[in-house]
Amino acid sequence: MATTTTTPVATADTASSSSFVWRYRYWLLLIVVPLLLIAAGKAGLISNFQFLQLSLMIVYAIAVLGLILLTGFNGQISLGHGAFFAVGAYTAAILIDQAGWPFWATLPAAALMCFIVGYLFGLPALRLEGHYLALATFALAVAVPQILKYRHIEPLTHGVMGINVFKSDPPFGLPLSTDQWMFLVVVAIAALMFWVARNLLDSRTGRALIAIRDHSMAASTMGVNVSHYKAAMFGISALYTGVAGALHGIIFEFVAPDSFRFELSIAILVGAVVGGIASLWGAVIGGIFVQVIEKYADAATKAISSAVHLPLELEPWLIYGIALIILMYTMPMGIAGGVAALLRRMKRS
Amino acid sequence: MEQLIQQTAAGLANGAIYALLALALVMIFVSTDHINFAQGEMAMFSAYLTWQFIQWGANFWIALPLVMVLSFAIGVGIERSILRPLHNAPVLSVVVVFIGLLTIFHALAGGIWTHTIKAVPSPFPQVSFPGSGYIGAHQLGMIVVTIVMLFALFAFFRLTPLGLAMRAAAQNPASARLAGISVDWMLALGWGLAAAVGAVAGSMVAPAVYLEPNMMASILLYGFAGALVGGISSPGGAVAGGFIVGVLENLIAYFGNVIERATGLYIVGNGEKLTVALIIVITVLTLKPNGLFGHVTVKRV
Repeated sequence: MATTTTTPVATADTASSSSFVWRYRYWLLLIVVPLLLIAAGKAGLISNFQFLQLSLMIVYAIAVLGLILLTGFNGQISLGHGAFFAVGAYTAAILIDQAGWPFWATLPAAALMCFIVGYLFGLPALRLEGHYLALATFALAVAVPQILKYRHIEPLTHGVMGINVFKSDPPFGLPLSTDQWMFLVVVAIAALMFWVARNLLDSRTGRALIAIRDHSMAASTMGVNVSHYKAAMFGISALYTGVAGALHGIIFEFVAPDSFRFELSIAILVGAVVGGIASLWGAVIGGIFVQVIEKYADAATKAISSAVHLPLELEPWLIYGIALIILMYTMPMGIAGGVAALLRRMKRS
Repeated sequence: MEQLIQQTAAGLANGAIYALLALALVMIFVSTDHINFAQGEMAMFSAYLTWQFIQWGANFWIALPLVMVLSFAIGVGIERSILRPLHNAPVLSVVVVFIGLLTIFHALAGGIWTHTIKAVPSPFPQVSFPGSGYIGAHQLGMIVVTIVMLFALFAFFRLTPLGLAMRAAAQNPASARLAGISVDWMLALGWGLAAAVGAVAGSMVAPAVYLEPNMMASILLYGFAGALVGGISSPGGAVAGGFIVGVLENLIAYFGNVIERATGLYIVGNGEKLTVALIIVITVLTLKPNGLFGHVTVKRV
């Protein structure tokens, strides 16, 4: 069994086949798999709607990654990442709607905007730890829809009406549907952002961030500028989640204040916790989980309640809650953490 | 001027509810250092229980004690079964479990009683009394009930041996354990009491805001703000804080309205209530994290 495990650690030590293909296997997968999916789409096996679902999974994975970077690797708890998701979505939507920007140009703008907002929110948050930070971000999450409806920004946001965004057609006359084209765009952006995140965590900065999480006082005696790193990390985390928000607005073609209620922040948190709070793979699993639950929990709970004749109607949120509590007991490091622990045990025996 | 008094009185009435919730939050915080994010949804669930008993024909004043006992049992049950194993868990695990509880109560209430808005009749008679031009009967009732609750709790903690034991367990668990107090059970009792106080808050506020699963979200936020303003480690402070933010909430909206009429410039109104709460929370947390009445805790390496 040990020979078939493909964790990065194992390959670094024991990889006998250091061929080109093996070395760049993740990148090759990233090119081959989407192209196969597109081919399947051309053959009519995957509908445009399913491409939209896939794109949403990847978008949520980026959003969850933002929270994982902050909470899992830097130890700052946020219950309010839906706020940054909203800032990203609105930045992109307003630029497209009011200034007529092409969608791809709004992504760096949304990223920058969210970095600034996140950094500014991170400054007061520096003084807060643990429960207090959770409380402050909880308040932020609850207040978001109301802030978006504020009267003086209504000319930009159109208040409760929301903004309609129109998808652009694929460029260069590519023979793709809009949903297929956006799927490729989302995959490319996600790949870039995960790659940057991995390199960030492998760097000197990453080690400083993790040191702050594990013991901030010890880290500061070692010469790590704790407040600088923490605020910057808040900004970077908001940037990730904000780009996800911008992509969500673009592929969903609509943003409105009530899409960014407290439930969204919870969903991002649930994704991070279920996937694995201190793992990049956890973000991928978390993104899939969020999208699957959002899509199918309703149907699943209805099926369960009619199958066992419960006197009450089960709701998707019940699954969220129960999943959260059970995971905290059985796999506090989420699915990714649980699988990694399992692999380690199997290698040892 | 009359309107100002009305707004202040209404603020005090809302403040009474915030004070009760803040008190429930503080009770759990003092003994376990946890901030119970599910407190609002638990109170909402209790309010639904009260409504259910009234639907079954009970009088409000019979239903309320019944629901308080039920909520107490639920609170104790949650502490014993779900939070007990997490006593030494990292903060994130605890916060996540609270969020899990929040979603469970929310989904249960929506599943059992549906999401349609329900009106709860006020338990107070609609009589006119001196000053009834300024404050409604239900609003006055909320304030009175809150004050009665406060005195009852104060008496419980000061005058009964069990109250003393609970205070000891919260203040110094190790010594309390040596003195023969079952600290674990004291924590569970604290949870039960917090749930019961929350039940009163939920049942009192339901006639004022209509009953629906989302009703406590904004109220909980103001409960947090109240607890923080007063100092989240001080029960008396939390109550004062609750009243302060209640009045502040209404006065900010009132003066926002005055400014708009005077200058035509809209700054803040009823639509910004949650944003105001957010600003209060963040301001207090960053400038004076121990609140007005809390004591400073020193961190040890």
